[in-house]
Amino acid sequence: MNELTIEYFALLREQRGQATERLVTAAATPAALYAELQARHGFTLPGDRVRVAINGAFAAADAPLRSGDLVVFIPPVAGG
Amino acid sequence: MFRISPTPLELPALRAPLADARAGALVTFEGWVRDHNEGQAVQSLAYEAYVPLAEAEGERILAEARAHFGLLGAVAVHRVGHLALGDLAVWVGVTAAHRAAAFEACRYIIDEAKSRLPIWKKEHYASGTTAWINCATRAGPATAKPRG
Repeated sequence: MNELTIEYFALLREQRGQATERLVTAAATPAALYAELQARHGFTLPGDRVRVAINGAFAAADAPLRSGDLVVFIPPVAGG
Repeated sequence: MFRISPTPLELPALRAPLADARAGALVTFEGWVRDHNEGQAVQSLAYEAYVPLAEAEGERILAEARAHFGLLGAVAVHRVGHLALGDLAVWVGVTAAHRAAAFEACRYIIDEAKSRLPIWKKEHYASGTTAWINCATRAGPATAKPRG
């Protein structure tokens, strides 16, 4: 099990109802973690439209998660 | 220099670090808050950013532009927070010895910024609804119902 900190932004923050949480999970990758959170919180964005950053850097959906990681799911962006 | 700013952008301060006797061209881009999008009347909008990653990725975009176009200087700043119509949302300024490189690099920076930076835009419409841009899903648009 990994103890993770998760931060939410934009649409995901609104659908989660909070900006950050700590979570103990069996999810070993961001893809598995997003699926777990999507099932729990009803996120409307499918996993393939969400990118992920681990500890402040973009990461692959199948990157390994470790205890203490900061995970940020990134909805489709719209700067400018 | 790339920054995310929670406060209004001040043009003289943004331009100042670009002063360079070798430069023959300064090209700037200003992104303004517009009163419409895809047929809807926009009243205001809110930008939100994952600041540490947005600033790191923004610096990478500027470094790419400096290397590829041979720029002398490059500065970009993006606002976050609630913005009104006409407000300055993003500013890009680049200097080069000649104008062609400066025009191309400025275009490159704003295009990459829009597609790569973890920044999100929520539009508030005259109809009372809101929407996170690019976040609609087939299951239904990511649009909140009017309040009240």
